[in-house]
Amino acid sequence: MEPVTTNSALFYDRLQFAVTATFHYLFPQLTMGLAALILYLKSRAYWCRDTHHEEAAHFWTKIFALSFAFGVVTGIPLEFQFGMNWAKFSRFAGGVIGQTLAMEGLFAFFLESTFLGILLYGRKMFSPFVLWLTTLMLFVGSWLSGYFIIATNAWMQHPVAYVVDPDGSVHVTSLWGLLTNPWIVWQYAHTMTAAVVTGSFVMAAVGAYYLLSGIHYEAATTFLRTGVVAGAIATSLMLFPTGHHAALQVFEHQPVKGAAFEGHFYTEAGADLVLMGQPNMDTLTIDNPLVLPKMLSFIIHKHFGAEIKGLTDFPRAEWPDTMPLLYYTYHVMVGLGTIFIPVMVTALVWMLRGRLFQARWLLWTLMLMAPFPYIATTAGWLTAELGRQPWLVYGLFRTAEGNSPLVGSGNVLFTLMGYLGLYLLLGLLFLFLFFEIVSRGPAVTGGLRSSSEPTG
Amino acid sequence: MSIETLWFAIIAFMFIGYAVLDGFDFGVGALYLFVARTDEERRLVMKAIGPVWKGNEVWLVSGGGLLFLAFPKAFSAAFSGFYLALTLVLWCLIMRGLAIGLRSHLENVLWRTFWDAIFGVTGVLLAFVFGVALGNLVRGVPLGPDGYFFAAFWTTFLPDASPGILDWFTVLMGMLSVAMLTVHGANYLLMKTSGTVSDRARRFAGIGGWVVLVLGIAATASLPFIQPVLWESYAAHPFGAALPVIAAGLLVTAWFGRRAQRDGLVFVSWSLFMLIGLASLAWGLFPHLLIATGDPSYSLTVFTSAASSYGLQISLVWFSAGMTMVIAYTGWVYARFWGKVEQLALEEYS
Repeated sequence: MEPVTTNSALFYDRLQFAVTATFHYLFPQLTMGLAALILYLKSRAYWCRDTHHEEAAHFWTKIFALSFAFGVVTGIPLEFQFGMNWAKFSRFAGGVIGQTLAMEGLFAFFLESTFLGILLYGRKMFSPFVLWLTTLMLFVGSWLSGYFIIATNAWMQHPVAYVVDPDGSVHVTSLWGLLTNPWIVWQYAHTMTAAVVTGSFVMAAVGAYYLLSGIHYEAATTFLRTGVVAGAIATSLMLFPTGHHAALQVFEHQPVKGAAFEGHFYTEAGADLVLMGQPNMDTLTIDNPLVLPKMLSFIIHKHFGAEIKGLTDFPRAEWPDTMPLLYYTYHVMVGLGTIFIPVMVTALVWMLRGRLFQARWLLWTLMLMAPFPYIATTAGWLTAELGRQPWLVYGLFRTAEGNSPLVGSGNVLFTLMGYLGLYLLLGLLFLFLFFEIVSRGPAVTGGLRSSSEPTG
Repeated sequence: MSIETLWFAIIAFMFIGYAVLDGFDFGVGALYLFVARTDEERRLVMKAIGPVWKGNEVWLVSGGGLLFLAFPKAFSAAFSGFYLALTLVLWCLIMRGLAIGLRSHLENVLWRTFWDAIFGVTGVLLAFVFGVALGNLVRGVPLGPDGYFFAAFWTTFLPDASPGILDWFTVLMGMLSVAMLTVHGANYLLMKTSGTVSDRARRFAGIGGWVVLVLGIAATASLPFIQPVLWESYAAHPFGAALPVIAAGLLVTAWFGRRAQRDGLVFVSWSLFMLIGLASLAWGLFPHLLIATGDPSYSLTVFTSAASSYGLQISLVWFSAGMTMVIAYTGWVYARFWGKVEQLALEEYS
């Protein structure tokens, strides 16, 4: 096992995967969320023959396509990196996670990519029914893709349905068992609900921006209605039941992770819930703590006096090796998630009372909230993945044993720098084009350059 | 036939499918700056590949995933060994995807020129690197006893026991790949467009055909010196020799088709020529996935690097079902977008 220093390949391998996976997931969370919302808009347009919703769907399809394009190009490096940077892990686990990753390609990527071609180029060539079906296929494809990735990650969090071979590698013993890993249920529900949260916040924010600017009134109200209703439902589901049960299964199966992200150092009956404070890794206490007394015990065991195991009860080698960061990502995720609910519920109440579209303070809030679901989702994934450390496959295979033996630190640092530069450019490009589409607005959707006239 | 053999065939099918399908996208990219000069012409060319290129790219991702599933040892050895070359592929694929997706987004000359150049350069580079990669698979890689290797970009430029990714043979394969895919792209444009773009493409296809012939003869002639394994396996299974014969026949068909200006026939026979030609290489390499340049016992074959037989069997079930669906709807989409771009009511997304 090589020590993790800033000269080791392992350090850069981990950093590169963190950078590329984190950056990639900024895009699918929007596409998966929007896929569901667009399917709603498009279904209303098709089944109720409503041109207004058709235009709204068309506008959001443009944002969807933009985000999808960035998601695809940043997604390919992730699959390649399994082999490129994590060769020993791939050799160890290919017999299991190769199944779910290959299924994602065959059942999700083909579907999404092929039908996106129809949606982008075929609006005049295909019947309204086929176009509606295409929207459905994009929804199915993107949510299936999410499912196979969660199934892969769930196996790394909670390995099931495998056998260890004499040569040390693992092989799947039941595909059904792998695809119905109990860990998937809450993780998938939590992740996909988070995608809807991102989609609905972005949709509501664009609507709020139009209203505050006094433009595109009709489209703006549709965006706000759709975003706020979906957002109010999704933000509530984030906390309960999906978030609550995701945390419960961590405490049941990965107690070290749970103790670490809660900042719970010492085993005690009636454990406090830390709301704020900085973990001090020398004294193993929380500086400037703000706590809810005995609340952690109550949340996990429904009993104020229940005992919760603290970090110090586990050998130090089992602790997540980036414990303070893990603590912060978890608290940022939970904190933001808790703020989202009152924001969206307030907007919903104001909307039902017919006052949302005039309440400028609330529209400002909705508009400025748009980046925060991205931060919360990123923090959530960091919590899941940092908390899995020091394991690559929980309890089975350590991260330090998984990277490629012959790819040296100089090579990984080189590619890492390349990704940082490239992704900075990509991020700027996406924001530029996103704002460009928003500023063009939904009104011009009918005025797309037509290409039916002879050219060339 | 053993299950490992079947999976070798499936993975070869996926990567060959990728070469034929995304291959014409690369070829169109390589020709793009030369056959399409005005913005109108460039939008026309983009529309010729626009609805299908993304699906074509998935063949690579799925092929990689299936290799991971079926032969994890070979997947991890190859992907970590070709670290630098694959990084180049990834960055090119990222930039190419953005170029196609974004170039028509703004009506700004500099914006469009920038992405046009990216599309052209990445098309050539990707065609070259994939050709080099195939050259490496044929020549062999410096596998160690632990089943890993790391290939530098270049060492001595000779296909010896410690070769780099680039040597004279792999560079020859890379150039052959660029020429072959350029002709493939030209054939596609001939089928999909008319007018000036198609006239220029016809000239490139004509010259390109001769370049392919020269480079192809050079590459084929060097094969016995580079990789004796090929001839051993053809000697062991001589009926496989039908494959290169069919490939040569398809080349002749393409040549006659070109003379008769039957563009559809040329495109189909050239596609089949690439498919059968690559299949005949796969035939010669079987059962090797990665051939060691040093000790032959370090080579990774389908039998030494396969996953468990349960895994291979169960995935055969879902692969058959999934691939049937993929071929069905991909075929449907290709059929619906068939014909000259000018005659289709294609909408340009921007």
